[in-house]
Amino acid sequence: MSWRRFFRRVSWDRDRADELRSYVEIETDENIARGLAPEAARRAAHLKLGSTTRIREEIYRMNTIHPLDTLARDVRLALRGMRRRPGFTLAVVLTLSLGIGANTAIFGVVDGVLLKPLPYPNAGELVSIKHVAPGLNLNELRMSPTQYFTYRDEGRVFQHIGLYGDGGTTITGNGEPEQARLLAVTADILPALGVQPQLGRLFTEADARPGKGRFAPVVILTHAYWQRRFGGDRSVIGTRLVADSDPVDVIGVMPETFRFLDMVPAPEVIALIGFNRSGLGIGGFNFSSLARLKPGGTVADANADIARMLPIWLNAWPTPPNTAGRQQYEKWRITPVVQPLKDEVVGGVGDMLWILMATIAMVLLIACANVANLMLVRSESRRQEFAVRVALGARRDDIVREVLVESLVLSLIGGGLGVAVASGGLRVVVATAPTTLPRLADISLDPRVVVFAIAATLCSSVLFGTLPALKLAAQRGVPSVGTARGASTSRERQRTRHALVVVQVALALVLLVASGLMIRTFVALLRVEPGFAPDADVQTARVWVTPQQVPQPERVTRLQHEILDKVAALPGVKAAAFASAVPMEGPLRVALTPIFVEGKEYAPGTTPPLRRMKMVSPGYFGAIGTRLVAGRDITWNDIDGRTKVAIVSENLAREISGSPAAALGRHIRPTRADPWREIVGIVENVHEDALYQAAPTFVYWPVMMDNYNGFPLLETRAINLVIRSDFAGRENLLSGVRNAVWSINATMPVFLVRTMRDLYGQSMARTSFALIMLAIAGVMALALGVIGIYGVIAYVVTQRSREIGIRLALGAEPTQLKRMFVRQGLALTTVGAGVGLATAVALARWMSSLLFGVEPLDPPTYAAVVGVLAMAAACASYVPARRAAAVDPVQTLTAE
Amino acid sequence: MPGRESPLQSETPQGTLDMLVLRVLVMGPAHGHTIAHAIERGSEDVLQIEHGSLYPALHRLEDRGWVASFWGTSDNNRRAKYYRLTPAGRRQLAAQTTRWEEIVRAIGRILKPSTE
Repeated sequence: MSWRRFFRRVSWDRDRADELRSYVEIETDENIARGLAPEAARRAAHLKLGSTTRIREEIYRMNTIHPLDTLARDVRLALRGMRRRPGFTLAVVLTLSLGIGANTAIFGVVDGVLLKPLPYPNAGELVSIKHVAPGLNLNELRMSPTQYFTYRDEGRVFQHIGLYGDGGTTITGNGEPEQARLLAVTADILPALGVQPQLGRLFTEADARPGKGRFAPVVILTHAYWQRRFGGDRSVIGTRLVADSDPVDVIGVMPETFRFLDMVPAPEVIALIGFNRSGLGIGGFNFSSLARLKPGGTVADANADIARMLPIWLNAWPTPPNTAGRQQYEKWRITPVVQPLKDEVVGGVGDMLWILMATIAMVLLIACANVANLMLVRSESRRQEFAVRVALGARRDDIVREVLVESLVLSLIGGGLGVAVASGGLRVVVATAPTTLPRLADISLDPRVVVFAIAATLCSSVLFGTLPALKLAAQRGVPSVGTARGASTSRERQRTRHALVVVQVALALVLLVASGLMIRTFVALLRVEPGFAPDADVQTARVWVTPQQVPQPERVTRLQHEILDKVAALPGVKAAAFASAVPMEGPLRVALTPIFVEGKEYAPGTTPPLRRMKMVSPGYFGAIGTRLVAGRDITWNDIDGRTKVAIVSENLAREISGSPAAALGRHIRPTRADPWREIVGIVENVHEDALYQAAPTFVYWPVMMDNYNGFPLLETRAINLVIRSDFAGRENLLSGVRNAVWSINATMPVFLVRTMRDLYGQSMARTSFALIMLAIAGVMALALGVIGIYGVIAYVVTQRSREIGIRLALGAEPTQLKRMFVRQGLALTTVGAGVGLATAVALARWMSSLLFGVEPLDPPTYAAVVGVLAMAAACASYVPARRAAAVDPVQTLTAE
Repeated sequence: MPGRESPLQSETPQGTLDMLVLRVLVMGPAHGHTIAHAIERGSEDVLQIEHGSLYPALHRLEDRGWVASFWGTSDNNRRAKYYRLTPAGRRQLAAQTTRWEEIVRAIGRILKPSTE
């Protein structure tokens, strides 16, 4: 048996047919010569030869690779059958391609975000390092420079450990002063990631001497910035730039493929943090940290190692002034939290993506149940054909195999289209996914995703093909060839189909509950009063005055006041103010301070709870839309006259005095050494971080204060302008703002220009994304479930049309008949809904991480979903039921 | 199905049809019709064969390289496919004949115990 022969056998067969024909000719000639009549001569020749077909078959079979041959035949048969039933084929292929496509797309996202390693060599060795301080009730404490030095010098499990942070730097020198997004690292960060520069070199420890400003006087550029600012000029290495008024030398350029974790927006300039070791103390937990473990090291090892080093660190470095010394830090009970770097990058979206994957997989299951049902109906209508074939000698295996091959062919076509659907779907997902979804750049239709699609295809063909095939195989005895169509089918077959519909309804209900809960979450989020106006007409923009530009604190504030006056005078501006941060800017702008309240007793050495704080200019609350609940706003007189005032949030006021009004006139301070500051105003609570997070307690200080936390005079150098104007987001307003700033100092950049609507939308983005995805899954599930019910009832109606005819002829009421079928559809739905409810109740708690303001077992959601499902089921059974009532008794009874 | 026997093989001892065909071809190239009649006549009509059964055997022999085929014209001017013996076929015939004779002698000895 060889492949060559296998492929040549068709031409060989033709040759053989010629040969046999020539035999017949010769034999006929001889017979005629023997005196037979031509007709008889030919017949005798054929008799002598035997059946030519059988001979050819025998030779053909000699050259057959058997399973392949039958497979090819079955495929041909399946394709022919599909062409003959375009409706059936279209329904199956569409259902499958949507099911497989949706699954492949979501798997693409899961793969890109959760499964693929980070784009660094041996990424499994990379970890992030943070701490928690249960004694402070602080669930995230980042790292201080001294911790870094201790861990680096004393650690046993790290190959590299480093600190990083982000921010901005003003690059001046060529053209407009420009704010470049900055990644600040210690020298070991890039080697820890295992990345190499495209040009020049990476930082070394020798570079890490403190420069004039915040950073060492060397920078590395990212590829995009190099291209944009220097046009990809290779001689950029050694160029001197001015960053925040300090000269820095470009020493390297990163390759195009380099990405730093998931920093959004991507960094443009990488600066080196140069610490002056002698000036450092315990505090300053302002840095993120990542490390590369030694080969074989585990996260648990790293946690243990850091726990060992924390006491060493605490004893090795001086404590800052104004604190109660080492004992205070011991009370914080700092505990290390080391986790794989990928977990840190991926963050909390894992839950959401797995839930999406599970829901979409359920849609595929429903689709398979639907197709299985269609296949069952189809094999039902082909029973007679199968019976005839069995009677003619076909083996049952052959028929079963044929059915399986048919499902395989159908699912392959469905899967092929599904991959097309997925590639489109992935593009849509990447385009619409919230920017908070990490690793978007890693999402693609790569070979792993295609392998998944193939696996999904094969699984579904097994799922929906096995049942009809098993049913056929289980058929005992020789089915009667003469069975008339339309006669009642066996109860057992009906049971199978009904079970499938029940499964579909149950799964659809689970998905509908999931999307229902998501809708409730979304509505609950929309109802949350954010505590600011999330409006498109509130423009924000960041301006930063560096100590190099203006050293004196008073001048900084005066300059900011001048900018504000100019901005307020721009046409269309209704209100303008500024603050150290605006709501929903993200974790980088979070500032915390302990707050002592006058008249309260604090045990020596203890620190009161930390509160969020923000520096605000007069008019900030009006501009951002935060209501003043009691008291008054801060004024420029307070600032210029150094009046010691503060504003607190409503929830903090309640904590201090029980009611907002009673808190007015009370005094607070951030340290024991500070002067007391009077609470002059109470403002409503602000959901500062995200709508689904509780509003934190807040202290608002004036943008400039004297004698604050050891500073004789504290100014606010980085501010967010808040401008209320109908022209928000438009270029004429923005250029007006830029000119206002530059007219006062031409080297100050204006950056991070956003409206509050943008920030609010970003905060809703993850929920809306989950909502849209779940809603799509839910609608697909509902549609498939309805089609399933419709299919079964419609089939029952056709099967029983004779019976219906008889009933009608005997005087049955059409309405009654209709009701009978609708009731049957509803009965199936009821069972399915029961199973579905139980499943949903069991599964819903998995969703709780996505939910807000609604319980996983929210009764209205469940009730609404059951209602919708019941309505849909009633409609789905009513349509075929009406057809039953319209049956013409005469026609059905005389048919056949 | 593979392994299914042709009618002719079931009537003649296993493997003998191949040998007979090869034997006929020793006389020179011949087409299927000639071979079938030659076997029938040569055996004085003892071996009645369905002529069609010859063709699978011819196909098998050709496949093993013992015969080669070509299209030619028959005596009565018909196009016909001729088969001729290849050197390998000649060797095979010799080997098979020897083997056959051994078997026949052995069986003969058993059936007719030597009385001489």
